[in-house]
Amino acid sequence: MREGSEGRPAGGEAAMLEVAGLNAWYGESHILHGVDFSVNEGEVVTLLGRNGAGKTTTMKSIMGLVGRRAGSIRYRGQDLIGVAPNRIAHAGIGFCPEERAIFGSLSVTENLMLPPVVAPGGLDVETIYALFPNLRERASTAQATKLSGGEQQMLAIARILRTGAKLLLLDEPTEGLAPVIVQQIGRTIQEIKKRGFTVLLVEQNFRFAATVADRHYVMEHGRIIDMIPNAELPSRMEKLHEYLGV
Amino acid sequence: MFMILGVPGPLLFGQVLLGLINGAFYAMLSLGLAVIFGMLNIINFAHGSFFMMGAFVSWMLLNYLGIGYFPSLILAPIIVGAIGILLEKTLISRLYKLDHLYGLLLTFGMSLVVNGLFRNYYGSSGMPYDIPGVLNGAQNLGFMYMPIYRGWVVVAALVVCLATWIAIEKTSLGARLRAATENAPMVQAFGVNVPRLVTLTFGGGVALAAFAGVLAAPIYSVNPNMGDNFINTVFAVVVIGGMGSIIGSVITGFGLGVIEGLTKVFYPQASATVVFLVMVIVLLARPRGLFGRMV
Ligand SMILES: Nc1ncnc2c1ncn2[C@@H]1O[C@H](COP(=O)(O)OP(=O)(O)O)[C@@H](O)[C@H]1O
Ligand SMILES: [Mg+2]
Repeated sequence: MREGSEGRPAGGEAAMLEVAGLNAWYGESHILHGVDFSVNEGEVVTLLGRNGAGKTTTMKSIMGLVGRRAGSIRYRGQDLIGVAPNRIAHAGIGFCPEERAIFGSLSVTENLMLPPVVAPGGLDVETIYALFPNLRERASTAQATKLSGGEQQMLAIARILRTGAKLLLLDEPTEGLAPVIVQQIGRTIQEIKKRGFTVLLVEQNFRFAATVADRHYVMEHGRIIDMIPNAELPSRMEKLHEYLGV
Repeated sequence: MFMILGVPGPLLFGQVLLGLINGAFYAMLSLGLAVIFGMLNIINFAHGSFFMMGAFVSWMLLNYLGIGYFPSLILAPIIVGAIGILLEKTLISRLYKLDHLYGLLLTFGMSLVVNGLFRNYYGSSGMPYDIPGVLNGAQNLGFMYMPIYRGWVVVAALVVCLATWIAIEKTSLGARLRAATENAPMVQAFGVNVPRLVTLTFGGGVALAAFAGVLAAPIYSVNPNMGDNFINTVFAVVVIGGMGSIIGSVITGFGLGVIEGLTKVFYPQASATVVFLVMVIVLLARPRGLFGRMV
């Protein structure tokens, strides 16, 4: 890790996460064709795009969970290409996958405590329960997959707040959830941003994305095709509709 | 002499005890197999060989180094577990991306090589291993005489099975193991060194087999084929209990041992096949086994 990279103001010379020329494959299928984007410390940045554009694959590539990847992924100056997923987590990146990956053979508390602490500065369990009161009530549930979809999503987010990871990758955290739960997740993202976490968020719902994000990248066919600062979103809404085909 | 269901009481209790002893070995062996299967997704055909090596290592410790039974109970599982770890790192770990069948073939081949090596150096007639002094003798239970060593085997097996269950179901390491059984890449993306966890799990399963081998040494003679006599039944136990289920392995192991013992009393002709009969019935009624989780 490069000295002094922490605390550099957003928009400074080196971003917290810099992805350049990223290519990724699942077996023989070439999915990402040169993805370029960056995330500054303290920002909430979204990846928008139609189904199949490669958003999930981009997140999995950052975590080292695709078959093969090439290009460059620099996290605080450290190149993550060729690094094993467990080392990537220990570099300080937390991943909340699209399918949530709640473990049914573990209790709610075991799921919450599963990821090892990778750095100091994670939220303690009391703070997490204050953010997600439902989880406190359901803590003793023996089979975590018995939780409702919304509770499972909260658990999947809570799980990576504990570890001290400073960059959180959230893949469609609002997918398929009721509006009141979506609002709660929105408040949570704002709260963790205030606490200094950096978030890369994949969203289908750009109305929701606009309430939490600083910038938006638009993906199509395995590439980034545009970047829209949140402030410019209203004026570029038509373009965005075109991109997303809505 | 008192009779139960037309059978002399001591004969009945004697066979139940023998059944419990066999069941203790079935339970410990199928437990290791189940844990290994759950985590590595391979059917470890070399499990009987590790059991045999446990007995042999304790025999060697005694005859070459003068190290007795109780230290062997700890040392032999560590030594054989280390050998298992070596084999996992050098050979088995290369097969995880391939079909189950390759792991099965490799471990089957390993067992042939290992058993052949021991047969070559020690012959197949078997070597005695004396019951340690404090566990010698028999206890009058009122309704029968129980050899103390046999009672000790049942108790030791129960303790080890319980300890394994606690380690897997009640500790944070066990939670990681269970989670990795469900979705290993995700657990690794949380920062857990999954390849190392897999290696440790294999070493642990092998150590359990070796522990059973040390317990078996004074009962059955120490010989290169001693694992083979158990392993067929043990595979049936794993299938009946449900692949990968821990509690299932233990309960089914003891249960089948007792069923076998009772069959010896009431219908001796079927005692060798009753386990497989049970297997067929269970598979017809519950293809996932008695305690199988959904896969
Ligand atoms: N495991 C996989 N194996 C092969 N192809 C995959 C796999 N996962 C996703 N894909 C393909 O990769 C493309 C991008 O998928 P994904 O990254 O999930 O898109 P998004 O998250 O933007 O909806 C899609 O065409 C999808 O079919
Ligand atoms: Mg996706």
